[in-house]
This record gives sequence, C-alpha cells and structure tokens, in this order.
Amino acid sequence: MASPSRLLICDDCDTVYRMPELGRGEVARCARCGAVLGRYHRFGLDALTALVLAALILFIQGNVWPVVTLGLNGQQNSTTLWGMILIMWHDHSQVVSAITAVTLFFFPLFNMLALGWLLGFGRLGRRAPGFRPLMVLMHHLGRWTMSEVFVLGALVAMVKAKAYFEVYPDAGIYAYGVLTVFITLFAGIDLRRLWDLVPSRVA
Amino acid sequence: MTAPPRADQLGLIGCPVCSLVSRAPNVADAGCSRCGSPLQRRKPASLTRTWALLIAAFMVYIPANILPIMRTESLGDVDDNTILSGVLELWDKDSQGLAVIVFCASIVVPMLKFLALLVLLICVHRRTHWAQLQRAKLYRMIELIGHWSMLDVFVVALLTALVRFNLLSSVEPLPGVIFFGLTVVLTMFASRSFDPRLTWDDEESHG
Repeated sequence: MASPSRLLICDDCDTVYRMPELGRGEVARCARCGAVLGRYHRFGLDALTALVLAALILFIQGNVWPVVTLGLNGQQNSTTLWGMILIMWHDHSQVVSAITAVTLFFFPLFNMLALGWLLGFGRLGRRAPGFRPLMVLMHHLGRWTMSEVFVLGALVAMVKAKAYFEVYPDAGIYAYGVLTVFITLFAGIDLRRLWDLVPSRVA
Repeated sequence: MTAPPRADQLGLIGCPVCSLVSRAPNVADAGCSRCGSPLQRRKPASLTRTWALLIAAFMVYIPANILPIMRTESLGDVDDNTILSGVLELWDKDSQGLAVIVFCASIVVPMLKFLALLVLLICVHRRTHWAQLQRAKLYRMIELIGHWSMLDVFVVALLTALVRFNLLSSVEPLPGVIFFGLTVVLTMFASRSFDPRLTWDDEESHG
C-alpha cells in the first residue's frame, strides 16, 4: 500500500484513491458516489494572489460606493451595504442585520484578507504566521459567503421598486456583479492544496 | 468489478478540514497531525444533530411563511407582504422570469431541503441500498444551492434601506423575515451536520 500522504479519501463516501495526476481541464470523480475528488490546478500561487487582490478591490468598491438609488417626486435616496445593515439593526431586525453583516461583509472580508496573507508569504516559499489556524478557519467559514445571492437580491429589489420609483443602479452594484464572477472562479478552487503548495519548514 | 476500498476497511481516516490521510489507530485522541482538527470516523452524532436542526428549522419555517415579511406604506396605504405574495406580485407586474427565480429560491429550495434531508435521514435509519448514487447527488445539490434561499432576506433588507421617503412611501421589515432568515441558517447547519458517508456504510456487510 502506498504511503498515506499519497492517498486521497473521498469526502462524501470515504473511498480511498491514489492521488491522481490530472491534465489540463481534467476532473477526477469518485467511482462510488460521483463527488469531485480534484480538478486540474489552473492557477498557481501568483495567479491566485492576483485573483484575491482583484476580488478585494471589487469588494472595497462594492462596499464604499452606494448600491442603488431610488427617486420619488424629485427626492432621492440611496444606500450602501453598511447602510442596509445598520437600518435593519434599528428597524427591530437585529437577527437579519447580523446574518447580513456576517454573510456579506465579515466572512467574505476575512476570507479574502486571510487568503491574501497566506498567499503573500506562500509566494516567498514559506508559511505565514498563523498559517494553520487561518487555514482551518477559512475552511469552516468558506460556505457562508453570500455576496452572489446579494447581487440577485438587489436585482429583484430593483425590479420590485421600479413599479413605484425611479431606479438608478449605482457603481456599488456593478462592482458586486463583477465580484460574483470571481466568487464563481474561487468556488472551483480547492484551497486545501495550499497545505501541499506551501510546505512547512519544520518537516 | 470489485468496489474500491473505503478508508474504514483499510484503517485509514481522512481529515475533514485539510484532507490529510492518517492511519486510524495512531490518532485516537490526537487529531490531525497537519491541521490539528479532531479526526472522527464519521461526523459525531450526525443523525441526532441533523434531526434536531431539521425539526428546529421546520418550526421556524411555519411562521416564516404565515407571517408577513415586510410592510409597504405609501400615503397612508398599508400593504403587508408574505413570501408567497411577493412572488405573486412579481408575476403580476410582468416580471415572470424573475418571479420564477424568486419562487425557486424562496419556496422550492427550502421545501427541497426539508424533503431531501428527510429522505436521506430515513434511508440511513433503514439501512437501505436504494438509490445510493442519487442520494449522494441529492446531498451535494442541497449543499450547493442551500444558501440561495437567503435571497428574499436581502431583498427586504435592501428595500427597507432604500424606500425611506418619510410620509410619501416607506418599507419596514416584519417578523416573518427574521423567521425566514433563521430557517435558511438552520437548514444550512442541518445539511452540514448530516454525514453523506452514512449513505454508503453497511455496504460491506452485504458485499
């Protein structure tokens, strides 16, 4: 039997495989349950760093700029993402406010900053301080980013508002729209391979 | 063709966090040598936790649908919306495409999650081999689409922040949206606590 480090276990059904060598565009699937075991790594450390930086810039733009403006009888009203979170808090919906703050702001921001930090050191060939706890935390929080759902939600809100108000989409929502593309790209990347890509010095 | 071996049979255990493979006997309490996460053969008390979270989610799902999620006021005219009436309104306002999307995200996806987890749980309890592959796919699907149900929560939040024209027109959130947000969070926790490997356990004894 091969050494355990060359093995791969399917997360969904516990089937054991030898680590596959994948060519461009190839995807390894579990023979028992069909889960994706691994994909060809399109992006190296440099490309991943570039992607994270771009996503971070879009995220900052999406949060600083207003998302949508409504007009009614010459009066205008716009909001940013944080404006939305704060208003929900003051409108007796603290639970919704907290869910929104966490899934649209804190977790995505943490994930991008942590990944940027790990990649920055990774490109120098070493593990960043806090590599282990950050990798574990990123794994647990990964599923709770909902920025792409927010983009669709903003679209629905704009269509609903159109019946009564003038609707002007602002720069923030365009930044979010582009950010969605990056989130989709990241969804196809298994960040667990950073464990192998950035070897520990001690070992 | 013989079935490929499973980690359990080989005395191996995979780390759920960093995917490092360890030999099971060496790691009774130690945890993963690479990332320190606890190593367990299966998620602990998976069935009990999933049932508990699923039942809790269903209990908040009822008020989430019955209670209105937002109130629209314009010139003293008060209109309360539920999840379903929001979909119908979109349909009537000639946004049928969007109405279908919102219907899927707010009504089909939560229902599907309840039904799917119920089927997955009952099948594991009955140790049946029925439709194992389809059950595996079903699980992956609800994990993938689960968070899209948050759509209506964000719609209400954004409209509340935008429609603030004093007496002319305003929108305020109502308790239904809180229950709905909790439903989504609880069903996400429920599907995370279900262990899809249980679907394939017990296979060896029949092989």
